[in-house]
Amino acid sequence: MTAPQPIWVLPARGPVGMFGLIAAESAIFTIFVVAYVFYIGKSQTGPQPKDVLEAPIFYSLCLLSSSLTIHLAVKALRDGKGRSFGTWWCATILLGATFLFGTFSEWNRLIYREGLTISTNLFGTTYYSLVGLHGFHVIVGLILLAAVMAFILSGQVRQQHAERLDVLSLYWHFVDTVWVVVFTVVYVIGR
Amino acid sequence: MSSESIAWLAPQAAGRPLVDKLHGWVATVDHKRLGILYIVYALFFLVIGGIEATVMRIQLIRPHNDFVSPQVFNRMFTMHGTTMIFFVAMPLVFGFANYLVPLMIGARDMAFPRLNAFSFWMTACGGLLLYFSLLGANGLYGAGNAPDVGWFAYAPLTSLAFSPGHSTDYWTVSLLVSGFGSIGTAINIIATILCIRCRGMTLEKMPLFAWLNLTMAGLVILAVSPLTAAQIMLLIDRYLGGHFFDTQAGGSAVMWMHFFWVFGHPEVYVLVIPAFAFASEIIPVFSRKAIFGYPVMVAATICIAFIGMSVWAHHMFTVGMSSSANTFFVLSTMAIAVPTGIKIFNWLATMWGGQIDFKTPMLFCIAFLFQFLIAGLTGVMMSVAPFDWQLTASYFVVAHFHYVIVGAILFALFGAFYYWFPKMSGRLYNETFGKLHFWLFLIGFHLTFDFMHIPGILGMPRRIYTYEPGRGWDVWNLIITIGVLFQGAGVLVFVGNLLWSYLRGERSGSDPWDAWTLEWSTSSPPPAYNFASLPTVRSRRPLWDLKHPDDPDWKYE
Repeated sequence: MTAPQPIWVLPARGPVGMFGLIAAESAIFTIFVVAYVFYIGKSQTGPQPKDVLEAPIFYSLCLLSSSLTIHLAVKALRDGKGRSFGTWWCATILLGATFLFGTFSEWNRLIYREGLTISTNLFGTTYYSLVGLHGFHVIVGLILLAAVMAFILSGQVRQQHAERLDVLSLYWHFVDTVWVVVFTVVYVIGR
Repeated sequence: MSSESIAWLAPQAAGRPLVDKLHGWVATVDHKRLGILYIVYALFFLVIGGIEATVMRIQLIRPHNDFVSPQVFNRMFTMHGTTMIFFVAMPLVFGFANYLVPLMIGARDMAFPRLNAFSFWMTACGGLLLYFSLLGANGLYGAGNAPDVGWFAYAPLTSLAFSPGHSTDYWTVSLLVSGFGSIGTAINIIATILCIRCRGMTLEKMPLFAWLNLTMAGLVILAVSPLTAAQIMLLIDRYLGGHFFDTQAGGSAVMWMHFFWVFGHPEVYVLVIPAFAFASEIIPVFSRKAIFGYPVMVAATICIAFIGMSVWAHHMFTVGMSSSANTFFVLSTMAIAVPTGIKIFNWLATMWGGQIDFKTPMLFCIAFLFQFLIAGLTGVMMSVAPFDWQLTASYFVVAHFHYVIVGAILFALFGAFYYWFPKMSGRLYNETFGKLHFWLFLIGFHLTFDFMHIPGILGMPRRIYTYEPGRGWDVWNLIITIGVLFQGAGVLVFVGNLLWSYLRGERSGSDPWDAWTLEWSTSSPPPAYNFASLPTVRSRRPLWDLKHPDDPDWKYE
């Protein structure tokens, strides 16, 4: 090989793998959303969505703004601003946890005050599984974010790790985007 | 890997105790070892699924036979279908993709080796769970039994009222678990092909095998995920009292059919596209010509994948969809014959004027071509809704899809086994026994599945455990069962040939077929690191360029 070789660059495997996972997850969510929409108004007994659901606007804003904070966090890390990175990362976890608390209090109210469980009627079945599936993804995301937080606190996250955190933030953006769909379906169309 | 560690591995490999060797296989993240694990695992289940098919065929050999009870017969067809699709065909496809994709694109492993191991063991656990139902399905208070709801497990048969006990749960959980494995492998294949190809291998210079497996992996992501979602819903219904498929509470049984077939039909393409991939590598090498119409082959494959996502409800013409929905699915199903036909013509054009060498892999590929054509033709017949109304759930349908899965997919897989066996084992298989396997299996296949169309047209429904004499079905069922004998003998010859050749076969050298893709440029079997130095390619046939420096391909591509 004497001739100078042309530059050979392929996409990084991390984001490609994450986009693959996101595609698979999107397909799973699509099926749950289709089931939710198909069963709107088909419950034979109460409670019905319009009687018991209230749009959790504050908690939704928390989750959506956590997309911004995680973006700012990774950007700060890439620019080498360690302190600001840690602060934004911590804010992301707090915002995610706030959202999860919102889901918890809503479910608490629905189960104990309104008497709606997953086996009450079709609305309960589809609502708890769709919102629960999303909540499960928030929990997984929070565990991953907290793991990174532990590394931050032990001082092991460096500038070159920004690419890896980019992959994690892709997942977190996906979780937020799915919430936009779930919110629209459950609290706007379904009510 | 540095040269020191290579030197360190070599003497150690010679005299290690068996436990160490086994531990090496269990803890491995090497794509070649995982590929072989997938393949051996699938061959094991192929034998089990074959035994289940044989039990059914013995039961149906004559009217009013009582070889097995109706209950056992139900379990047999459920387990046969589930096993063959999820624990034979899928692992075989993934096994070959795992073994060959990194070698063909000049990489040292898959993009995510540990994810790869995780995916394999998930699939393995799925198969174990399915068969553990034989012991554990009824829990502590009674004898276990296997799932008996059919491989597509229509609601409301799967509800607690009609399927008490845990056999259906084992079915659900085993598919859920192996589904996670499949999705993991699919992501891995995509990342491998997109991110770690060797220098110079642009997308239009990839072997067709890599292109087709990329398409297959994309389909797995889009098809297996809906099945995963549907299984979660079924679990919610059965364990948490949900109502997704509970018609008593307003749920819909048709919903399950849609969700299942949104997976089920693309799944056929998940399995057949790798079969296309094998044919696209084997036919050129044994015709001594480059593949005809490479770009069209890629385009047709992607076209098949796209259309394949929108044909699922042709499995449901009899449930009473609207006439516009029926029309859509009739037309989309017919449309898929067009890109498929293009592929068949391209393979024929590859063979046309070539110096065809009728070795065993090529024989299997030629049979694949003809049988896949016939399978496609009965497919076009079934796509016509009024025709389907007459013959749905009859033995005509059973014959049609076995023509696809056995006649096309399994034949191409056998071809792949013989073609890449020298690469995987370092030894040549026995050509005489290979040909014997081919002819036995060909005769058995045609005895069984050609004649299976006829009782279907005469009205014999699938999944019945016995039938009345005098309906004109008797002699056909006898012939069908006789075909099983030949197929079984063929598989025995095949397994025997592999075992004998693995132990005693002639050394094959690195390139026994004078082939053109990168896997033949490294030793057989390849070292753990695949390539001592990563290759650089300039055309679709890098080994041709290497062997013919005076007339390389890259001058013309």
